Amino acid sequence: MDPISKFMVDHKIPIGAWGKSFFGFLTDNFDTIFRAFSNGLNFILDGLVNLLLLVPPVLLALVIAVIAWLLQRSRPLAIGVFLGLIFIINQNLWKQTVQTLVLVVAAAAMAMAIGVPLGIWAAHKPKVYRIMLPVLDLMQTLPTFVYLIPVLTLFGLGNAPGLIVTIIFVIPTAVRLTHLGVVSVPKSIIEAGEAFGATKSQLLWKVELPSALPTIMAGLTQSIMLSLSMVVFAALIGAGGLGTEINRALGSRRIDLGLEAGLAIVVLAIVLDRMTRIGVGGKK
Amino acid sequence: MTVAVDFKNVDIVFGADQAGSLAMIDKGATRAEILEKTGNVLGCAGASLTVHEGEISVLMGLSGSGKSTLLRAVNRLNVVSRGQVLVKDGDKIVDVVTCDEPTLRRLRQKQVAMVFQQFGLLPWRTVEENVGLGLELAGVPDAERKERVHKQLKLVNLDQWSKKYAHELSGGMQQRVGLARAFATEAPILLMDEPFSALDPLIRTKLQDELLQLQAELKKTIIFVSHDLEEALKIGSHITIMEGGRIVQTGAPEDIVLRPANDYVRDFIANVNPLSVLTAWNVMRDRRDLEESTDGWVWLDRRKTTRFKIDDHGLVAAAERDGKPAVWVSCADVEAQSEEAAQVFWANPGTSLKTVMLAMHRSQTAPVALFDDQSRFVGAIGIRDVLSAVLRR
Repeated sequence: MDPISKFMVDHKIPIGAWGKSFFGFLTDNFDTIFRAFSNGLNFILDGLVNLLLLVPPVLLALVIAVIAWLLQRSRPLAIGVFLGLIFIINQNLWKQTVQTLVLVVAAAAMAMAIGVPLGIWAAHKPKVYRIMLPVLDLMQTLPTFVYLIPVLTLFGLGNAPGLIVTIIFVIPTAVRLTHLGVVSVPKSIIEAGEAFGATKSQLLWKVELPSALPTIMAGLTQSIMLSLSMVVFAALIGAGGLGTEINRALGSRRIDLGLEAGLAIVVLAIVLDRMTRIGVGGKK
Repeated sequence: MTVAVDFKNVDIVFGADQAGSLAMIDKGATRAEILEKTGNVLGCAGASLTVHEGEISVLMGLSGSGKSTLLRAVNRLNVVSRGQVLVKDGDKIVDVVTCDEPTLRRLRQKQVAMVFQQFGLLPWRTVEENVGLGLELAGVPDAERKERVHKQLKLVNLDQWSKKYAHELSGGMQQRVGLARAFATEAPILLMDEPFSALDPLIRTKLQDELLQLQAELKKTIIFVSHDLEEALKIGSHITIMEGGRIVQTGAPEDIVLRPANDYVRDFIANVNPLSVLTAWNVMRDRRDLEESTDGWVWLDRRKTTRFKIDDHGLVAAAERDGKPAVWVSCADVEAQSEEAAQVFWANPGTSLKTVMLAMHRSQTAPVALFDDQSRFVGAIGIRDVLSAVLRR
């Protein structure tokens, strides 16, 4: 090794060690809190899954199809949703699909609940957005495996850590699209609101959010899709569902099982995507 | 007349270095100089203007002259750097520059409404929901709001369209929605920021007429920004011309046309047809400047073709043309008169120059007399007066 590189390596900045001791500090001191949180979350998620599994699969598929119709008022869509879900039941992957569905919907909902307010805040305060931006980049680009490890040590195995990694991965999208939606509200209509005496909160609720709604809804659709793409990773730390099936197929080189579970994810993705596309396109 | 809006030495600067820019304004620096030295943009400087209740005051200028900037100071869409903008608020006078947020909001909801060039309608709302915006923000109860919205929609002839969305309407209709939205708040002061500029000429003329009609009934105080002098002359009771952020001239439309303050204004009015602006009053020679004849007779023209005998009350007792007795008739119905030599037309001060010229044409270039509203003789217009007004000599 050349002397300069050797000198630099000898004086390595111990980022890894710092991170390790930080998480060590968290587990040493707050382990019970994290575990309690994790147990609570697991309880809720498992409870939801079990509740949904009490319903006969075909009936649940029908209910989802009806929800699809209520959201979009489209008969072909409702029929398509129903047939897709029947296909999953036919492949004997219903239980895993329901587990994945609960995880994905919970993750997307949480990500929106956190991401939308953050996005609005960032849109109103450009300085905040400038600080937020590198953090969002970090959350999106840090390889998922890297933060699986600390999440695993803090929260243990199960659905809860799976949900948390998914939320971390998805929040940036919710923030970014909300920010985009709010900053691109035309200046003319903001001024119209101001000129007629809107308070800050009236401006937000009556002008900015309605105007940004299509973009925010696109954020929701994106959040759901990204959550789905995380199910395989989440399965690595014990989240149940279709991801577990795929990991098992990979471990035992079962092409058939992998194909079936993979297709089930695709069907679920299409169903959720079409159901949540509100406000995108010209429809009022 | 009561003052509705009073601008007092208003300076508006966009940018960080307010103090530095204001110091340069005091030295009379131009916009370009201020931009170069401080990086700030001069919006307007030293603007003082009084707008009375019930008048339409037009701010005119090329783009970038600061006319919109000044207008938007009235409801603080633009923040004033220095000076006062006094707005009548019921019995009080409020300085918009320094008032607190709640006062400003109340002014915006109840006193000052605005119409925008790009309409500024909310595309996800129906026409009636758009018109009700101001009332909704002010917390007017649903039932009352519905009623007032409906009334306004009727006023602008859009009641058939109340359930449509803005994008389903033509530009002219959209701006009518904008007008209805502004009227719905019943604010006495109306700010109009080039409201008709985005419309095609025919619709523009139509909406101008509609605005004048509505104004005759509603008697609002309107501050109107325009870059179109024809429009300004048509609707303005006062016109203020701005250049580079500063007010160049303020006056009645005919003042601007007859006595432009500088070359900038002269360029502006170069293509204006004086016939559409000037009235008999603007071109007449006052009675005291007319040449006296014998025993109470007054010559109406320099050529001494026509004379009136005026009695003690200022009324015309007899008329004579080319030495023969003549009758005097109103030029209001000049078209209906036969072309006989023995008549002299008379006009009111407000009669348009065009009508006066028509009357001259009909009477073989005889002078036209001017009577006030009590039929008293106040002056006369000879052919030379008309020519010099039209040629601006």
